[in-house]
Amino acid sequence: MTVYSIIFYLLALLILGSTAMAITRRNMVHAVIYLIFSFFGSAMIFYLFGAPFLAVLEVIIYAGAIMVLFLFIVIMMKLKPGQERLFPLNQWVPAALCGIVYIAIGLGLVISEPGSRITLKTAQADPGLFGQYIFGKHWLSIEIVSLLLLVALIGALLLGRRSKKVPAAKASEGEL
Amino acid sequence: MIVPFGHVLLLAGLLFLMGMVCMVVRRSLIMILLGVEIMLNAAAIILVGSSLLWQQLEGQSIVLFVFAIAGAEVSVGLALIVWAHRQTGSVDPRDFNRLK
Repeated sequence: MTVYSIIFYLLALLILGSTAMAITRRNMVHAVIYLIFSFFGSAMIFYLFGAPFLAVLEVIIYAGAIMVLFLFIVIMMKLKPGQERLFPLNQWVPAALCGIVYIAIGLGLVISEPGSRITLKTAQADPGLFGQYIFGKHWLSIEIVSLLLLVALIGALLLGRRSKKVPAAKASEGEL
Repeated sequence: MIVPFGHVLLLAGLLFLMGMVCMVVRRSLIMILLGVEIMLNAAAIILVGSSLLWQQLEGQSIVLFVFAIAGAEVSVGLALIVWAHRQTGSVDPRDFNRLK
C-alpha cells in the first residue's frame, strides 16, 4: 500500500460518489456541478497514471468547456424543476436487471483474468514527447478529427439558426 | 507501484454502468447526454490505465481523439436539444412522438 494506491482509492471514491450524486439529482444545475467534481477526479487519475497533458485537457475540455456548455443550456431553457419523476419503475427495473448482469459478468472477468492482477508501475509521458508522437504517427487522424470538429461547428450553427418558416400554431405556443 | 489493473477496470466499469443507468432511466434529453459524457469518460480512464500497463503511448493518443469526439458530439447534441425544445417546448423524450 504505497501513497499512490491510497491516492488512487481516494480518487476512485470521489469519482464514484460524485457521479452517483450527479445522476440522481432532480435539479440539473446540481447534476452538472457534481459532474464537474467527477471530471476533476478523473483528471487527477490521469495525472497519477502518467498522462499530465491529458489531465490538463480533461480539465479544460470536459470540466471547462463541455460542462459550462451544459450549464448554459440548462440556464437558457428555463426548465421547470420537479416535473420529471425520478426513476420511473418501468425504466428502473430493466436498467437494474441489465446493471446486475453487467456487474456480475464484469466482476467474474476481472477476477478470473490473470492479466488484471498485474500491478501498474508509475511512469510519465512527457507532454513534448507525446505531441511529437501524435504528430509523427497519427497526423492523418489529427487532420480528420479537426475536420470533424469543423463539421460539428457548422452543424451546430445550422441547427441553432432560427428558421423563419415556423407554423403559426407552433410559434405561438413555443418560446420563439 | 500503484494498483492492480483489475481495480482500474472495476472503477471504469462502475463509472460506465452509472452513465448507462443515467442514460436509460432519466427522462430528460440533457441528462441522457450527460450519461453519454460519463460513459466516454469511463472509456478514457480505461485507455489511460492500459496505456500505463503496456507502457505504450497508443492509449493516450486514442484518449485525445475521444476528447475531440466528445466535444463534437456534445455541441451537435446540445444544438439538437435546443432545436427540439424550440419545436415542442419540452426536453422530455416522450414529447417527441410526432410521427404517431
